Amino acid sequence: MSDKIPVTVLTGYLGAGKTTLLNRILTEQHGKKYAVIVNEFGEVGIDNELVVGADEEVFEMNNGCICCTVRGDLIRIIEGLMKRKGRFDAIIIETTGLADPAPVAQTFFVDQDVQDNARLDAVVTVADAKWLSARLKDAPEAKNQIAFADVILLNKVDLVTPKELDEVEARIRAINPYATIHRTERSQVALDAILNRGAFDLERVLELEPAFLEEDNHHHDEHMQSVALKIPGDVDPEKFMPWVNELVQRDGPNILRSKGILAFKDEPKRFVFQGVHMILDGDLQRDWRADEKRESKIVFIGRDLKLDEIRAGFMACAA
Amino acid sequence: MNTQSAATSLTDSVAPLEAGAHVIAAGFLREAPVLVTGDGDVLIAGTRHQIGADAALVAKLAADAIILGDDRGRILRIGADGTQAALADEKGRWIDALALGPDGAIAWSCGKRVVARDGKGKVKELAAVSTSQGLAFRPKGYQLAIAQNGGALLWMPNTEAPPDKLDWKGSHLDITWSPDARFVITSMQENALHGWRLPEKQHMRMSGYPAKSRSLSWSHDGNWLATSGADACIVWPFGSKEGPMGKAPRECGVRPTRVSAVACHPGSLVIAIGYEDGCILICRLTDASELLVRPPERDRPRDSVTALTWDAKGKRLVFGTAEGAAGVLTLP
Repeated sequence: MSDKIPVTVLTGYLGAGKTTLLNRILTEQHGKKYAVIVNEFGEVGIDNELVVGADEEVFEMNNGCICCTVRGDLIRIIEGLMKRKGRFDAIIIETTGLADPAPVAQTFFVDQDVQDNARLDAVVTVADAKWLSARLKDAPEAKNQIAFADVILLNKVDLVTPKELDEVEARIRAINPYATIHRTERSQVALDAILNRGAFDLERVLELEPAFLEEDNHHHDEHMQSVALKIPGDVDPEKFMPWVNELVQRDGPNILRSKGILAFKDEPKRFVFQGVHMILDGDLQRDWRADEKRESKIVFIGRDLKLDEIRAGFMACAA
Repeated sequence: MNTQSAATSLTDSVAPLEAGAHVIAAGFLREAPVLVTGDGDVLIAGTRHQIGADAALVAKLAADAIILGDDRGRILRIGADGTQAALADEKGRWIDALALGPDGAIAWSCGKRVVARDGKGKVKELAAVSTSQGLAFRPKGYQLAIAQNGGALLWMPNTEAPPDKLDWKGSHLDITWSPDARFVITSMQENALHGWRLPEKQHMRMSGYPAKSRSLSWSHDGNWLATSGADACIVWPFGSKEGPMGKAPRECGVRPTRVSAVACHPGSLVIAIGYEDGCILICRLTDASELLVRPPERDRPRDSVTALTWDAKGKRLVFGTAEGAAGVLTLP
């Protein structure tokens, strides 16, 4: 796992500040080399050997799974980059402002060659503090990008009042309570806060208590919800795996992201998974530490989720 | 099978070469072994030439030159003495695919643009509906097969007619014509091959691979297609009119690791097979007998054989790997 190249997906609605952030990553002295896959040539004003133009070519996988779309051009570009392994430390993928992040993320779970060489580190969404609230109402892409994010840069905070800022942050939280939010001006953020996060953000997400989320739902979004569930102990993998697989098979089109860290009965290692729509990817990682409480937590973010059904289903998986 | 037996080993007949980086293409140029690396180096008879780019993406060997596409969008022609000439410049776009055709013709693609350049330098271009990473010229005549999303196109660059479409759902990667031009075969994203028998466009599905099949090689007589992507070299029979439909493929060189590169001998039914662990075998199709060319690299289990090419007479075999190892086998 450690020798896989980490990949950061950079999303954000038009004009939010993605290009500013990208130019910073490419020009700042940070001792790391990034291969950057951009959607438009010319926007990034840097002549860099590792900037690659992409075609945003999305196609359906011919595997009977309707929402399973991938980016064909990314598969090819990553294959090309792997022929120069060792020349860069990480990959950053910029998507267009109107793009759905799902095909990009799914590419890292579906294509075996990509999966062998690279791992999705985080989806970073740049949001415009002044205009995001309006976009969340009229642009479904903007809402998807927020829902998908592991890290959100709430940018251009200098253009709004503190009250407006709290308001927009509450709207983000209503859609995605789990993302780490950084308030920024001109996309100024420490790069280690957004790049190469490893499992860090996943851990953090699952530390949030479900109760906190329910109380904080002042801005309940009508269609986009999240559900976080915890079993204060082990689950039975014989029950959990069939349940979660069936759930994503059935409700996959509505489930944007899923994540979890689970204690399987009689298993010393933690089972960690994440998913996009119908695709789940999980494995056993490090041992549970002696000072750690063995417990099982999952999170789903999606549209029109049947919260009670998901809760009942997960609770029935307790060992 | 036994890859350790000295009696069946040709390992003493292999002269090592140092490529130093991922080998993307290997071959012979006027008897001299040639290696092209992903770092953009071209080695001709052991002499290293740099192309002034950060990466070579695709490369093919013509009779008298190496044709190469780089990450700056250039198509370069490199002569046996190392002299370089730029044939085209796509201004920073990656060159995704490259094919060589009859009489010095070249074709390349970048993004959705496909370009054909005949031996006299006349250039025609096609705006395809999707990107292509597989191009192949018809063995005779000036016609280009283009693999893309949703099937393949057969394009005659010198006519105004729109390309002929070969439809099949899914993303098609590499493409090849059978030597008699009766079949066009593509490798697919979905771990399968797809074929069309021409001119009827009769479909052929060749599935069952555990991974993508990215190396395809026709036997010298055109009766067999050797393929990578499984724990053996899968060899499909194309000798009859129907092609492989309803027939089982042969399996050569079964080992507990995947085949990454295949190359049929230019004069006999013998296939060189490279694996993901760096092992190379030579297998005879008629009796499945095997000879060891290169043992697996035990400490570098993922050092795939990425390039494997016979010389025109079939006396020598040049190979290269993902980690930059390479060598030339001279048959005793």
